[in-house]
Amino acid sequence: MNIAIASGKGGTGKTTVSVNLTSYLCRKQPAVLVDLDVEEPNAGLFLETEVVSKTITYKQIPVWNQASCTSCGFCARVCEFNAVIQIKDDILIFPELCHSCGACVGLCPANALVMESKEMGVITHSRDDNLEFVESRLNPGEEQAVPQIRETKSYLARNFNDSMLCIMDAPPGTSCPVVEVIRDADVVLFVAEPTPFGLHDLQLAVKAARSLGKEPAVIINRVGIGNEDTEKFCREQSLRVIARIPNDREIARSYSDGKLLFQEFPSVRSAMESIKGYLDESEKRFSTNQPKANQPKDRQEINP
Amino acid sequence: MRVVITAAGREWDSQVDQRFGRAACFFCFNDEDGTIQIIDNQSAAGEAHGAGTKAAAIVAEYEPQVLITGNGPGQNAESVLSRTGVEVYIGAGGMTVKEAYDAWCGGKLSRA
Repeated sequence: MNIAIASGKGGTGKTTVSVNLTSYLCRKQPAVLVDLDVEEPNAGLFLETEVVSKTITYKQIPVWNQASCTSCGFCARVCEFNAVIQIKDDILIFPELCHSCGACVGLCPANALVMESKEMGVITHSRDDNLEFVESRLNPGEEQAVPQIRETKSYLARNFNDSMLCIMDAPPGTSCPVVEVIRDADVVLFVAEPTPFGLHDLQLAVKAARSLGKEPAVIINRVGIGNEDTEKFCREQSLRVIARIPNDREIARSYSDGKLLFQEFPSVRSAMESIKGYLDESEKRFSTNQPKANQPKDRQEINP
Repeated sequence: MRVVITAAGREWDSQVDQRFGRAACFFCFNDEDGTIQIIDNQSAAGEAHGAGTKAAAIVAEYEPQVLITGNGPGQNAESVLSRTGVEVYIGAGGMTVKEAYDAWCGGKLSRA
């Protein structure tokens, strides 16, 4: 079962919830924590795991063969991402802009472009007893998070079976990388903040999840700051608030020391217990619903 | 000599658009015959990705010797422009197109 922990706004506590939830669950059962915030993975800072394997990821990038090129410019015209540019008889390729769609290569009438593998990032798999930790990291300078997330998901499919609890720490925002994480999730949890900015981004995130056919549940973090509007929004939208974590300076201090919070703070422990209750409920639904009903089989490209 | 200025509007007294890739339009001036051509940049400015490379390809078609802009093109756009041999001058933000052109003529703008 895949659980996506996302947020909309950055810094609401996705990683805090992901790390604590996985560690909490792992006292009783095996689980995988996947850090899919590939541009800045940081869940590993809170864990002491031993590396099992490192897997280099690659993306496919067109390479131009000038000798066969007729300078027709078709490749540059079909590129939706302006990664292929024609300047007179020259074809310039910008690997960081390329989405590896293959249009330029497939449609070149002179076969002057071929796809070649380019290193994109690394997937580090580590372990501590029941806890499997998969960290996905994009190389500096790479602009596309989606291919790296996709590679990581296929790594998970190869290494773990469907019944394994898989907690995916998503990137912030509501754009392509987040969509790539939550589109296949069986459970979507949003960590929200009771502030105007937090509410604004939660509204966007809920809209994104619902447009993918997912009904998210909400965890409100730093309860006590801001105002009541986030709670009100959840009530109005019939969004289930499954846990609340108080705003507490001591929690922040402990987090800064890289510690697990549920061991030290009863409020965090009871939040994790509530989330576990929701997951148990979802798991029952999940196991009776197999094969997954609401997942589109054809993986259409979505570029929000 | 053909000079391109990134502009927010179509007139000599329009403001310079500080941005390159997402500039509203390109004010193209040929100082030999005095002709002005406005290249609309909406197709590049509206791109989610790669506005810089696309805008650079659009500018390249006019075959200018000089490009005057505000902040200067980004790395990707710069590597397209460098193939065309165009000289890029920056620091024209806050000026009108005419002021920017005069500043360049007076040697008051710096190379990117």
